[in-house]
Amino acid sequence: MTQDLVAMALGLLAGTLSALFGVGGGLIFVPTLIFLGKDAHVAVATSLAAMVPVILMGAWRQTRYGAVRWRDAVVVGLASVPTAKLGEVIATSLSNTTLQRAFAVLLLAVAVQMAVRTLREEPAAQPAAEPGEAP
Amino acid sequence: MLVAIGLVAGLFSGLFGVGGGILIVPMLIAFRGYPAKTAMATSLAAILFTAVAAATSHAGAGNVAWKEGALIGLPAVAGAYVGAAVHQRIDSRRVSLLFALFLAIVAVRLAI
Repeated sequence: MTQDLVAMALGLLAGTLSALFGVGGGLIFVPTLIFLGKDAHVAVATSLAAMVPVILMGAWRQTRYGAVRWRDAVVVGLASVPTAKLGEVIATSLSNTTLQRAFAVLLLAVAVQMAVRTLREEPAAQPAAEPGEAP
Repeated sequence: MLVAIGLVAGLFSGLFGVGGGILIVPMLIAFRGYPAKTAMATSLAAILFTAVAAATSHAGAGNVAWKEGALIGLPAVAGAYVGAAVHQRIDSRRVSLLFALFLAIVAVRLAI
């Protein structure tokens, strides 16, 4: 019971952080699940299932704003289906430790990229006009 | 080019349990001239297919913990609204650096 409440609180926090910093929920879900005691394979698999409702709501909201180019999204999305399966097969074939370390490398790369991007931004810069953006 | 973006993102997603937006967003901007916000929104829509496909595949391998998935995923929907609201109210520069540092610490802890 206590662990369920902890999981829910961490889910709430993960959703907040991912929207706040524009990183995908999965980057936060996977370590959250590992810290809840799941092994890396279960964390990776469960993260994907957990992100579906978040993505559904986000995509619905963005569609209402008119920001989604659905034709391109469908092409990218459908193209990703067979390789997503391939990724699962590779992940499943790896040992738990290797998968966890590989994820750690990815997370570190994202952290570095995020820091570099933030440092490059002018402080308090106004976002440039974005031609072609739907109103 | 869109197909290539999808192929790479799918592999990433299935392997690491992430959506693939970290790849799709910069590639839409670099190769298709997308504005940043449109890229993020379109990436989100594309990932819907990716995440469902990857989750289904992992579920087939018997690795999805459905209860924990729901316990984390459903509150995360509410969290995403909070995050989006807070995002518009703060100067996120310093917070972003702190968060990057936090991610790096988590990465190191996972690796050792």
